[in-house]
Amino acid sequence: MTRVYLDNAATTPLLPEVREAMLPYLGEIFGNPSSLHDWGDGAREALDEARARVAGLIGGSPEEIIFTSCGTESNNFAVKGLAMAQPARGKHVVVSAIEHFSVLHSARTLEKWGFQVSEVPVDKYGLVDPAAVKKAIRPDTVLVSVMHANGEIGTIEPVKEIARITRELKIPFHTDAVATAGTIPVDVKELGVDALSLAGSQFYGPKGSGALWVKKGVRIMTLLDGGIQEGGRRGGTENVPAIVGLGKAAELAAARMDARIKQLTPLRDRLIRELPASIDHVIVTGHPRDRLPGNASFCVEFIEGESLLMLLNSRGIAVSSGSACTSRALKASHVLLALGLSHAIAQGSVLFTLGLETAAADIDYVLENMPPIVDRLRQMSPLYAKFTKSGKGGK
Amino acid sequence: MPVYSQTVMDHFMNPRNVGEIENADGVGEEGNPVCGDMMTFYIKVKDDRLEDVKFKTFGCGAAIAVSSMVSEMAKGKTLDEVMEITPQTVADKLEGLPKNKFHCSNLGAQALHKAIEDYRKKQKKGGK
Repeated sequence: MTRVYLDNAATTPLLPEVREAMLPYLGEIFGNPSSLHDWGDGAREALDEARARVAGLIGGSPEEIIFTSCGTESNNFAVKGLAMAQPARGKHVVVSAIEHFSVLHSARTLEKWGFQVSEVPVDKYGLVDPAAVKKAIRPDTVLVSVMHANGEIGTIEPVKEIARITRELKIPFHTDAVATAGTIPVDVKELGVDALSLAGSQFYGPKGSGALWVKKGVRIMTLLDGGIQEGGRRGGTENVPAIVGLGKAAELAAARMDARIKQLTPLRDRLIRELPASIDHVIVTGHPRDRLPGNASFCVEFIEGESLLMLLNSRGIAVSSGSACTSRALKASHVLLALGLSHAIAQGSVLFTLGLETAAADIDYVLENMPPIVDRLRQMSPLYAKFTKSGKGGK
Repeated sequence: MPVYSQTVMDHFMNPRNVGEIENADGVGEEGNPVCGDMMTFYIKVKDDRLEDVKFKTFGCGAAIAVSSMVSEMAKGKTLDEVMEITPQTVADKLEGLPKNKFHCSNLGAQALHKAIEDYRKKQKKGGK
């Protein structure tokens, strides 16, 4: 059967070059980087090299990179660690309404610790208004966290403009770049941020690898107390194979970024153009122009995303959905609701995230297989029956 | 382990009794799009038995499989027998449902019971 993986936002496959680079560290080079003998030296050198490569991907300095276990850890570390680092200044943080749960739920934990949190809304395309961030900032604000791009709807946020505001007010600004680092150009100096999260599993590196970049001179509280690994900012013996893989993936992403963007953008644009043309009542979610190169997200009216996902899967197509039924908590995606979509519309969410392996034939296959599946579900849908009977229905 | 049992997958991929009945003797609706799932059942009654059952469902795989299974369990049964179908007996017949789906997606029995109540109400009114 044809197999088309269009769920690269969930995770990307591991590149063979990355796996090759990791293998020695799952074998003969097993030493602890903190050890002073030859065994430790081999591991430490690998760590140094990976740190330089990750720093290179985002235009930072190697000593500003803290390796973590994933994007979620990086975001927890940034939000809690930066907010807790300046107790004298205040207890207020600003986040956007469409942050990943690792940011939003960290902010919720801060509330339990006595902080106040302001959530800045987004417009119908998912854009955060820098002026709204400015308005939310108070004298006691100790952190602003707004993501670089949203993986569910693809919208790229005006991080540079927000950074201009936070820099002027001298408030630490963290951006979750899990959806962008390794995918589109990310330069910490150009963005003007103070901290940035990234994850290897989003750009063909291993799962269980991530990093937090923290600008030199910015204070952050340690979450994992222990030894003096990572400059004393994160204790625990380093996951050397994962870090080596992250470094290799970062190096390859930097080298191949332009080619990847050129490959994905026309495929994405075709899907965004032709899917709504071949199926009635399909809404494109996210920004029409400022969006991730591989992200094509939609809401298909009158049907539910999980059943759509399952039927696409039965045709060998992997996608994801922000519908309530798809989430384990049975709640519709907070991102889709923040765009102002109704629960019924959000239920029809379907997300295609293209990757290195995506070819034009895959898009053909989707465009050929999806309309009959949607039709089949609509024929079963009482909402569609009501709609067509109300006289508003087309064909 | 897959999320859904083989029986759920079978009923989801090949749902039985999908559709509407023109001039149905009773119609029952349960759920709403906010919670995720919505089901409408249509029944035709003859000699106190369900001569025909059809449904339309908006919802996840479990919701569609539940509707299909309920329709199959109910067809040909007496109304009293159908009123004894519960979410638990439906889930058992489907070889189990994921824990988080048991309540929200398992509305088929209630929707069908509502269709029977609708039918009985119409009977009482003397209408046919």
